[in-house]
Amino acid sequence: MNPVETTKLTKNFGGTTAVKDVSLTVRPGEVYGFLGPNGAGKTTTLRMLLGLVKPTSGSVRLLGKPPGPGYLDRVGALIEGPAFYPYLSGRRNLTVLADHAGVKRSEVDAVLDTVGLTGRAGDRYSTYSLGMKQRLGLAAALVKQPELLVLDEPTNGLDPAGMADMRVTIRELAASGCTVLLSSHLLAEVEQICDRVGVITRGELVAETTVAELRAGGTLRVVAHPFDRAQTVLSALVGDERMLADDAVFDLEVEPGQASKINAELVGHGIEVSELRWREPDLEQAFLELTGGARNVG
Amino acid sequence: MWADIRAEITKQVHRPAIWLLLGIAVVQTLTFAYVIPYAGYTGTTEGPVSRGLTAMLPGQFVSGAIGGLPLFVGALALIFGVLVAGGEYGWETWKTVLSQRPSRVRVYSAKLVTVAAGTAILVLALLAFSASASVVVAALADQPMTWPSIVDIVRGFGAGWLVTMMWGALGMALGIVFRGVALPIGLGLVWMLAIQNLLSSIAAPLLDWVNEVQKGLPGPNAGALVASLIGTGPPGVDPIVGGTQAGVVIVAYLVAFAVLGGWLLRRRDID
Repeated sequence: MNPVETTKLTKNFGGTTAVKDVSLTVRPGEVYGFLGPNGAGKTTTLRMLLGLVKPTSGSVRLLGKPPGPGYLDRVGALIEGPAFYPYLSGRRNLTVLADHAGVKRSEVDAVLDTVGLTGRAGDRYSTYSLGMKQRLGLAAALVKQPELLVLDEPTNGLDPAGMADMRVTIRELAASGCTVLLSSHLLAEVEQICDRVGVITRGELVAETTVAELRAGGTLRVVAHPFDRAQTVLSALVGDERMLADDAVFDLEVEPGQASKINAELVGHGIEVSELRWREPDLEQAFLELTGGARNVG
Repeated sequence: MWADIRAEITKQVHRPAIWLLLGIAVVQTLTFAYVIPYAGYTGTTEGPVSRGLTAMLPGQFVSGAIGGLPLFVGALALIFGVLVAGGEYGWETWKTVLSQRPSRVRVYSAKLVTVAAGTAILVLALLAFSASASVVVAALADQPMTWPSIVDIVRGFGAGWLVTMMWGALGMALGIVFRGVALPIGLGLVWMLAIQNLLSSIAAPLLDWVNEVQKGLPGPNAGALVASLIGTGPPGVDPIVGGTQAGVVIVAYLVAFAVLGGWLLRRRDID
């Protein structure tokens, strides 16, 4: 049983399709990163998972259950930033949520401790910094001791130390058996803590793979002189359609194992090779290619 | 369900605005039912006005407590209902609450119970403060302490609760319809304090059909229900229809407002 399974999930708002036929799968114990540009349908998808938005068509199962009684029993969530009652203290906010979750109020102190808010738990939520609010949001998601965590931009508003702490907490939760589905606008963050990623753009899931696979498909960079002769040799070896040439620099779409053969051919033709190296594509490049060049990640 | 009710009560008990509303209701009732009438009574140059004094004595404290409910205190009950339901939109806390586990119907029901309890406490507070004020007046005026029967007190409480709960349920429905606080309060108060009065005082005497229509409106029926217990007097308290009919109409509105709010909350997406 996969903790998250959606099948052809679709949401229309009037005549606009926000999410179209999204089928994603999050496996047990993994940290799954959900990436997409602003307006791609990421938050709408997460809201559909939690029953806040009703799908136009398609189906959702969390921890094997379809929406209905008991659907969110073992699911914790932080959606689109923390939202609490400003006149209540952090502790009382969690107490209220524990009541709604059907959890003993005595569980509250433990989660406050987990997110490092015990010292300010008695203060009003309205006096909290953005980082503290975010941590209280995580505490609210943890109050049920969930098996599945759905986190929307969990490090948003945190300082570098807070971000690092949050990532450690998420990895620890995953190590303890909790499955995590998180969206993030930080590609480096996804790269650091996610096992697999799903990329959504214009409402459609365009990739669901591991971070390593997402970065696959590198190029062989060759810097050779003279340019014209080098271009002739390389063109004959790999073909024009798999070669990008710019001045003395060539980027070749070949297998890494072909590097030595290419080098030998160039040298054999009396061409001077000053650089020959395999270039891994970075995640941002892969993301931009998948999303059609969208630069506004979110 | 009990845990959801406990959560809702915790939210409202710690909310300063709720206590402010209760305080305003009490001060408003005491001011217009006792302080100003007593000042008028003692300030007359031609000696005590026995009719005014009688209305302030313990025997009629129920009138003092519930006379303002159809209109002014009712407006505060409407604000209370809006705050309970609409506040969740303003703070975007619906998503926080609903992603914890409870169904929308369960949370909405807990809110209804909370508004029911809050309006009951409001009416009880008005009865208690009015009774206390009437004792003070009786002592100052050297009058006997004659109390109304328990039945009259319970009927006064019941009618008062029904009226304030109806306005509270309307407030909840408006809060959900408009997904917020400011607009529902504004529109609710314009309806209660302006349009309803204009219909009753200007349109109804001129047009027969308006006069008939207002017999089915919530405000005039609230006034009629209270009038069936205390007679006419305070603004909005007018026996435009009989007490039984008014009670039935108010219950119908209460149920309709409650169902409308729950249906909309269940049906719509949480943004």
